[in-house]
Amino acid sequence: MNRMTNSLDFQAQALTLRAERQRIIAGNIANADTPGYVARDMDFAAALREATGTQAAGTTMAGATATAPGHIPIGTGSTSELGLKYAAPSQTSLDSNTVDMDRERASFVDNSVKYEATLRFINTDVRTMLDAMKSPSQG
Amino acid sequence: MSMMKIFDISGSAVSSQSQRLNVVASNLANVDTVAGPDGKAYKAREVTFQTVLMGTPDGVPGAGVKVSGITENQSPGRKVHDPNSPSADADGYVTYSNVNAVDEMVNMISASRSYQNNIEVMNTAKTLLMKTLQMGQG
Repeated sequence: MNRMTNSLDFQAQALTLRAERQRIIAGNIANADTPGYVARDMDFAAALREATGTQAAGTTMAGATATAPGHIPIGTGSTSELGLKYAAPSQTSLDSNTVDMDRERASFVDNSVKYEATLRFINTDVRTMLDAMKSPSQG
Repeated sequence: MSMMKIFDISGSAVSSQSQRLNVVASNLANVDTVAGPDGKAYKAREVTFQTVLMGTPDGVPGAGVKVSGITENQSPGRKVHDPNSPSADADGYVTYSNVNAVDEMVNMISASRSYQNNIEVMNTAKTLLMKTLQMGQG
């Protein structure tokens, strides 16, 4: 039934997480001069696994399996604190701020490119579906 | 829509950095100010930044920044021996402001770089949002 939108759902989750990560990196860049600020970043792979864990495998959850119908699924929802980690300072500074601007800029660009890639995947999925819906006479 | 929050976060940083730039400008303008009639010369000012959490209904709050306060540098001002100046004290010394022009220039460059960084973040977020709006059209 939902085979049509399965891939779309996955990409939608990925897009949400990409937007979330973009926001976190923006926060790091905004606080580049704040004393005592500790840079944070998202373990994207883990976050995506957690966000899509329930859908991909049916009844298996992230780290747990539902063996009875009454079991409440865990690991649903797109975002949680779990995916967030603190960045280790590469060059310590006197005001204990751990934002490494080079790394943040690189992560930011990397994340923007991957966000656009996910968007393109979604667009292609939509186009494929629309093409499949057309009758042969429509070309 | 967590992408929209980026404008709040970077916007808070831009306004904080511009306030810092403002303080630098007023310090640099007063680098040669002598003590007024009250005998007190201009004191260099500096801003202090603080992280401010911008809550979202779901998930992790974003980390904006705000100016938590402006402090005056309490170090003594420069004293120059110039007995002929009308603002000289009994010993013939004129007290100038305690602004260090080199410090202020460094501060200015740092502020303007951070400002640019945050503007770029907003530009990227805007581009991505525009592309998101066109999702499914092309």
